[in-house]
Amino acid sequence: MSETTILLDASAIQRALTRIAHEIAERNEQSSGVALVGIPTGGDHLAARLAKILVGIWHHPVPVGILDTTMHRDDLDQRVAPQMHPTDIPFDVNGKTIVLVDDVLFSGRTTRAAMDALNDFGRPRKIQLAVLIDRGHRELPIKADFIGKNVPTALDEKISLRLTESGAAQDEVILKKQ
Amino acid sequence: MSWTKKHLLDIESLTAAEILTVLDTARGFKAVGERAIKKVPALRGKTVVNLFVEPSTRTRTSFELAATRLSADVINFSADASSFKKGETLKDTALNLEALNADFIIIRHSASGAPHFLSRVLNAHVINAGDGAHEHPTQAFLDTFTIREKKGKIAGLNVTILGDILYSRVARSDIWALTKLGANVTLCGPSTLVPKTFEQMGCRVTYDVDEAIREADVINLLRIQHERQRKAMFPSIGEYAQLFGLNQDRLARTKPDAIIMHPGPINRGVEIDSELADSDRSVILEQVTNGLAVRMAVLFLVNGGKAVAEAAQ
Repeated sequence: MSETTILLDASAIQRALTRIAHEIAERNEQSSGVALVGIPTGGDHLAARLAKILVGIWHHPVPVGILDTTMHRDDLDQRVAPQMHPTDIPFDVNGKTIVLVDDVLFSGRTTRAAMDALNDFGRPRKIQLAVLIDRGHRELPIKADFIGKNVPTALDEKISLRLTESGAAQDEVILKKQ
Repeated sequence: MSWTKKHLLDIESLTAAEILTVLDTARGFKAVGERAIKKVPALRGKTVVNLFVEPSTRTRTSFELAATRLSADVINFSADASSFKKGETLKDTALNLEALNADFIIIRHSASGAPHFLSRVLNAHVINAGDGAHEHPTQAFLDTFTIREKKGKIAGLNVTILGDILYSRVARSDIWALTKLGANVTLCGPSTLVPKTFEQMGCRVTYDVDEAIREADVINLLRIQHERQRKAMFPSIGEYAQLFGLNQDRLARTKPDAIIMHPGPINRGVEIDSELADSDRSVILEQVTNGLAVRMAVLFLVNGGKAVAEAAQ
């Protein structure tokens, strides 16, 4: 028997993103040097949505990219090969403040892989991390700068997300107990 | 989508879903090859041995570059310089390489089944880079990858393979891959080199070149494998070029968007006119580029695969 709890519904997700966008704007006074990079799957949609809100705050275009972290994972010979996703960074990362965007922050290993993968594209001035959910259980010294919701979880619980690029009524974040 | 196989030995034993997994993964690696930094750390610390007991430049170089781009260390082991000349068996050579902690052994051998044999005696991942006239699986991946990229699909396309089918491992791997993915495959060439028995693999055999290529979306030309023929299978090279070679006249009677493929090395003036090989209908050099991407995909995927016995544990 599995038990499920809705952590965030569609309007709560949108409110959390709006707050994160304002926090990003507050932290980065030099708005022209900021670019968002989403980590698939999930983070790419969130990055696009955050960028849209930031455009409304800053009144100028905000570059958005997608970064696949598969090649930089540290468990490649311990598991079946994971699916690759396209990487698309249509701007120069050198000297930029890059906000990495992911859906769930858990062990921190994906974030580590993302920072390594980003290095192949240049040397950002700063890297910041925005996540919709922080569920704890870090295995690396990594911490998010912007968090939608802190959710204390047990290791056997699962968080699943339904997200769309522009936001839809069915969007939700669910916690499942095994 | 998932790949769980420890080795890549042939196309025959793969499912359509497994073939598509390789092609999808290769698309990601092709994009990696277009970046400023073309190297990723997926196989860092791994050792790849190129065990080529039969000469090859293109496939060996492609595998070597693929492994290097994945950050593996590569050792090239060629027949001329090796102990085979001193009488060492294939098994002993391979065990010696494994004793040096090789993680991947990429083998090309003139004997069909040599990679299957190695996969039974070694713990390393074994990748078939061509065994006798049996199979050349990565060539089939790069051919289907190129077709899918050019045509957007594979199912329902008419693919004609023209030339020396009998002695061609490329033909066998291509036929398996294309028929599994739903293409209509036609084989054509001199009757001595295209036996009717190939129809059992699910393709059509014809000896009329113009008919074979008229409705083709893809024309895949194969080289005459003089090195494998024990006796003359057709009267002369000149006659072959005249009867089966692809020239302007023949091409004019095909679909205007039919593409020309060739696994290389090309014999200009024999299976294809020199200017056609360089024309915009030819995708021969793109096949080489794509070969690198599919070989990266294969190394990456088998790295995560386990033998059936290991997976059960």
